Amino acid sequence: MVGAACAFHLARAGCSVTVVDRGAVAGGTSGAGEGNLLVSDKEPGPELDLALRSQELWRELDAQGLGEGFEYEAKGGLVVAFTAADLSALRTFAATQRDAGVLAEEVAAERLSEFEPHLAPGVAGGFWYPQDAQVMPALAAARLLRASGAEVRLGSTVTGLAVSGGAVRGVRTTRGEIPARYVVNAAGLWSGALAELAGSRLPMQPRRGFVLVTEPLPPLIRHKVYSAAYVSDVASSDAALQSSGVVEGTPSGPVLIGASRERVGLDRTPSYDALGRLAAQAAELFPFLERVAVQRYYCGFRPYLPDHLPAIGPDAHVAGLFHAAGHEGAGIGLAPATGEMIAALVAGEKTVVDAAPFRPERFYSEEAQP
Amino acid sequence: MTAVADTVAESAAGNRYDVAVIGAGPAGMAAAAAAAENGLHVALIEGGRQLGGQYFRHPAPGLNEPWASQLHHGWSRFETLATRVETSSRIDVLFEHQVWAVEAGFNILTDRGPIAAAHVVLATGSYERVVPFPGWDLPGVFTAGGAQALLKGNLVLPGRRVVVAGTGPLLLPVAASLSVAGAKVLGLFEANHIRGYAKHPLPLLKNPAKLLEGADFARQFLRARVPLRSGLMVVEAQGTDALEAVIVARPDGTHRRRIACDALAVGYGLAPQIDLALTLGCEHKLLTDGTVALRVDTNQRTSLPGCYAVGETAGIAGVESALVEGEIAGLAVAAGVAKSRNGSPAALRRRRDRLRAFADVLRARHPVPPAWRDHLAPDTLVCRCEEVPARAVAEAVEDLGATDARTVKLLTRAGMGWCQGRVCGYAVACLARRDPTEPPNPADLLAAAKRPLARPVPLGVLAEQDRRNK
Amino acid sequence: MSVQFTFDGHPLTAQSGQTVGGALLAAGVRSWRTTRFQGRPRGLFCGIGVCFDCLVTVNGEPNVRACLAPIADGDVVTTQAGDGRG
Ligand SMILES: Cc1cc2nc3c(=O)[nH]c(=O)nc-3n(C[C@H](O)[C@H](O)[C@H](O)COP(=O)(O)OP(=O)(O)OC[C@H]3O[C@@H](n4cnc5c(N)ncnc54)[C@H](O)[C@@H]3O)c2cc1C
Ligand SMILES: Cc1cc2nc3c(=O)[nH]c(=O)nc-3n(C[C@H](O)[C@H](O)[C@H](O)COP(=O)(O)OP(=O)(O)OC[C@H]3O[C@@H](n4cnc5c(N)ncnc54)[C@H](O)[C@@H]3O)c2cc1C
Ligand code: FES
Repeated sequence: MVGAACAFHLARAGCSVTVVDRGAVAGGTSGAGEGNLLVSDKEPGPELDLALRSQELWRELDAQGLGEGFEYEAKGGLVVAFTAADLSALRTFAATQRDAGVLAEEVAAERLSEFEPHLAPGVAGGFWYPQDAQVMPALAAARLLRASGAEVRLGSTVTGLAVSGGAVRGVRTTRGEIPARYVVNAAGLWSGALAELAGSRLPMQPRRGFVLVTEPLPPLIRHKVYSAAYVSDVASSDAALQSSGVVEGTPSGPVLIGASRERVGLDRTPSYDALGRLAAQAAELFPFLERVAVQRYYCGFRPYLPDHLPAIGPDAHVAGLFHAAGHEGAGIGLAPATGEMIAALVAGEKTVVDAAPFRPERFYSEEAQP
Repeated sequence: MTAVADTVAESAAGNRYDVAVIGAGPAGMAAAAAAAENGLHVALIEGGRQLGGQYFRHPAPGLNEPWASQLHHGWSRFETLATRVETSSRIDVLFEHQVWAVEAGFNILTDRGPIAAAHVVLATGSYERVVPFPGWDLPGVFTAGGAQALLKGNLVLPGRRVVVAGTGPLLLPVAASLSVAGAKVLGLFEANHIRGYAKHPLPLLKNPAKLLEGADFARQFLRARVPLRSGLMVVEAQGTDALEAVIVARPDGTHRRRIACDALAVGYGLAPQIDLALTLGCEHKLLTDGTVALRVDTNQRTSLPGCYAVGETAGIAGVESALVEGEIAGLAVAAGVAKSRNGSPAALRRRRDRLRAFADVLRARHPVPPAWRDHLAPDTLVCRCEEVPARAVAEAVEDLGATDARTVKLLTRAGMGWCQGRVCGYAVACLARRDPTEPPNPADLLAAAKRPLARPVPLGVLAEQDRRNK
Repeated sequence: MSVQFTFDGHPLTAQSGQTVGGALLAAGVRSWRTTRFQGRPRGLFCGIGVCFDCLVTVNGEPNVRACLAPIADGDVVTTQAGDGRG
């Protein structure tokens, strides 16, 4: 997804772009996650700024007529609290978000059913986030890539960088060398290996997530709905299983319930505990789901950096090489603003969102310190 | 046999079976009987309501027709086997338990709760493979085995004037049964060109004891006088709201002929149902007809210790080999538990090897003719569940960068519906190849056999897993 | 033994032990579901619970596989439109 968005913005800025991937389109994490475009779960800071800019860009893409092709839905999110304590924490959190430009409106318990008629009774209250939206990620990547007009070389693995005089000259792939003045490393979870080719370090780690998919249903769930506990999960560095079900309908019918978060390396062994937890949490939000069939589940690995921020910007060692990776559980949402930032940096222009917090060399300078 | 009503209580009480056999078809029944006769405590787990699986599918008590007994051949063998299962005090038969996953160790996860067992024998059989053609989604089009199952289980015909088509040995008993039950079988069209097919449709008729249905079947089949043709396939089904006619032609589209009919029974061979095993991590093998089966050793052991596979799960080979393999696995599990060095008798294994060799020959003669692709119209549904037309699959492959079946699925939803790709998986694997002359990618064929949940599970059942943990 | 049931309000007779799909076909009904997107008719296809084409609403419960579920006396069977959840 991130690579497609970079290609889109670079092409729009006038570059001629070639996209190389060892697999198919959306063959990495982008084809194994969900398509929530959330601001509601983000605390004020650089990631939220990037997310807010991205929301604008997603709306622009939709206005250009691209949205339908990837099922863009500006449906808004509803965060609910089961206890008074959760609700007051949520209230505090929302207040700080509002100062950063997020639209958040408190919904009293008795009004929640206007938003979600099938929500469980006994919820303490909630917040409505009209900016939250949704896309179908694989289609978004494929359509954006196609709209970019970039040349696409699938099934080619990058094996090396062509560097001379400290500047990049292209990439070596299993299907020959591709000359280029600029190279963008948007290899997600695998971008650490590409960074190493330049002698740089991106300590990328996988964070596993499972998503449950139900039978097709009518639009019984209107928005993205999750419990307030999700907010603390996202910001956590704990390796153990965490999950608080985000429940959302899709235009094609199935309801998606996700996602769990575990740091277990690249292990694909199904965890029936994680699946059970997701199911239980979804049923807590929407009791009618108890009797609905789960048809499948899938698992993906979020590309994770220790400080929960993506690396976006120039490489410190090799001129012309840029990194755009490590978006963890928000790479779909953050992709357009990331692409825009990369295009501006390549052109040497001022970025819309401040790029400093995303500097990739924060990891290698960190390492240099004893 | 002990019928167990509440298995959740059973396993919660710490009851662990020596072996859980999944599937009560011929293979599973034989495995359960052999294991129990050798002292093991067995759970025979079956999603349906009766013993017998596909081959020995039979009407519920009370249903009858004068011709009903002619639908089955070798029925006494079923009765013997059923008696072995039903009279054993060491076998708990768990009907209406849908297994949706197996956890290593083993924990058999069913819609009625988990069942613990030290060993597991996978006997989940197969399902039918069909490739799309215009009109195949019309009511009145059945899979060949589906028509057979309807008849064997309900004593109901799929139609009065029936065409049987596709490829493979199963078409013959299907045509024979339909005819016995009073349908007019307008023709049996075997898509592969097999010399002498009309006279000796299979080595099976010359060699009756070897496979499938046996000698009385061969006689019955010849008596039915079904017109047999080889080298012809159904390239289109016609009708507005239900089937009215089919177009039969050579794979290259020549020799088109319209046949008015009210039912079509079509099948392009069977595919092993091995999703449980693949999710568990058992090794697989790719067979010559593009189906994927479990790799087993001479004692039916899969690559995963304690896990055995018998019958169609180890590759389609018919009822005889299902029965023999069940015995072998049951004896081998028992020998393993008893720490005895002799597993299963060599004579049984030799018999199994002969049956398997014969099945390999048959399989090689009945591939899906690659020309099926040429007959698709842009609006022909490839995925029936999600109503994905061939046009959308072509767009994904040609314009959107889908170079494998997984990406076709992601971009079009083909294979994401209720059946989870059981019906369209093979077709999508073929269509993911831009170049129609290239055979499907083995990884895509594997993907078509794999699905994380073997059955849809009510969300509440999954949630129960979590509540139990607390 | 025969059992009485209704399909879309019409009284029909089946044999006890038949499945819903078997009973409907025996009564000359070939389809009992319309698809979610194109509204096309569907009935039995695989006959063994694999394809889910035969989904039907029985006594108000949607997504029942007609090829597996036994018919019972007094069953109210209705054509399932789309996902069957209204
Ligand atoms: C369960 C789950 C749920 C999620 N839910 C959401 C959500 O709701 N909203 C959201 O915004 N995000 C979500 N995410 C996160 C999101 O999916 C990721 O952040 C995003 O997909 C990352 O995109 P990417 O382009 O960086 O990586 P990828 O999609 O992994 O792309 C990297 C590409 O690089 C290619 N590649 C790697 N190495 C090489 C090489 N040497 N040569 C050539 N090509 C190479 C790979 O083949 C791959 O296609 C979720 C993730 C998971 C796992
Ligand atoms: C539709 C169909 C019709 C056939 N008709 C004939 C025929 O007429 N003549 C012929 O010679 N051959 C026929 N065959 C081939 C036939 O399957 C084999 O010859 C023989 O029945 C194989 O025995 P088996 O024990 O391996 O599998 P099966 O007989 O298929 O038995 C498998 C059993 O496992 C159960 N099962 C599967 N998955 C699960 C699960 N997840 N949870 C719980 N239970 C499960 C099934 O309900 C089934 O009872 C047919 C095959 C099919 C698919
Ligand atoms: S006909 Fe296929 S599931 Fe019932």
